[in-house]
Amino acid sequence: MNQLIGLYSYWVVIVLMMAGLYIMIARYNLVKKIIGLGLFQTSIFYLYITMGKVKGGTAPILAEGQDYIYSNPLPHVLILTAIVVGVATSAVALALIVRIHETYDTIEEDEIREIEEMEPEA
Amino acid sequence: METLVVAVLLTFLVIIAIGIIVLRDLLGAVILLGVYSLVAAGAFVVMDAVDVAFTEAAVGAGISTILFLGALSFTSHKQKPRGHDSVFALVFVVITGSVLIYGTLDMPHYGNAESAAQTHPDLAVRFIEQSGSEVGPPNIVTSVLGSYRGYDTLGETLVVFAAGIAVLSILGLKRRRPEDDVLEDAPGDTAAGASDDAKDHN
Repeated sequence: MNQLIGLYSYWVVIVLMMAGLYIMIARYNLVKKIIGLGLFQTSIFYLYITMGKVKGGTAPILAEGQDYIYSNPLPHVLILTAIVVGVATSAVALALIVRIHETYDTIEEDEIREIEEMEPEA
Repeated sequence: METLVVAVLLTFLVIIAIGIIVLRDLLGAVILLGVYSLVAAGAFVVMDAVDVAFTEAAVGAGISTILFLGALSFTSHKQKPRGHDSVFALVFVVITGSVLIYGTLDMPHYGNAESAAQTHPDLAVRFIEQSGSEVGPPNIVTSVLGSYRGYDTLGETLVVFAAGIAVLSILGLKRRRPEDDVLEDAPGDTAAGASDDAKDHN
């Protein structure tokens, strides 16, 4: 039981991660794949923040007076960077998808492959 | 109590993730992704990561949703219905997940103050005890971001700059070659025809 409460958040993070991975493998739609990537990324953020939490702690902002316990600020910094980089990644991916849609008129992976195969070798 | 709130929010996240998998409508899935980010931001507040929470709410739930909506407005809203719930993918995901869960069994429990991450003298301990006198700002996250890990932040700015250039050059290519517009906007343009056009330019 102790184990269950202590590790519950890690397990949920893994379930979310696998949900994102499943979308990326099993869905042919390219936008859906990027949504899966976003799901995966956010679950990683969650994993880091979970590890930085200290029981009975407070947000890592220095306060005068009594001695507070602070949660670990390092994972917060790493994840701040990761959030911005993650959005930059999906922006580039979505731009590529828009171009693919302009060229092939579809964003379904299997249809694009069919069109590619129908073409004579260039 | 706090742990209970976190547990409930985590359960919400799982429900939203299942919704995203099942939903065929892309617009709905994008909105659910925004909701997912917002719920995650709420959970970050409970876990003392206030800076991460407002960045996630603004960037994850805000800007990223807008980017997705923009991309959808150029493409189509519907994911084609097809029976492609691959057994292989499911098996792969379940196996990977089980291995990862096995890996968590000896990890420090939630909120553990004695874990290596919390007690390393050069990292968290030093940031909490010294950053007030060494750097200045009361917010430790700001001190670490701007000073101790300043190169990380510089690298992040470079990545965002590179991504901006990449998006501009991917989407802006068309504008520099006006003949593309004529070909792609031609009436009766089929999918195969459009891809032939693309080949011509290569």
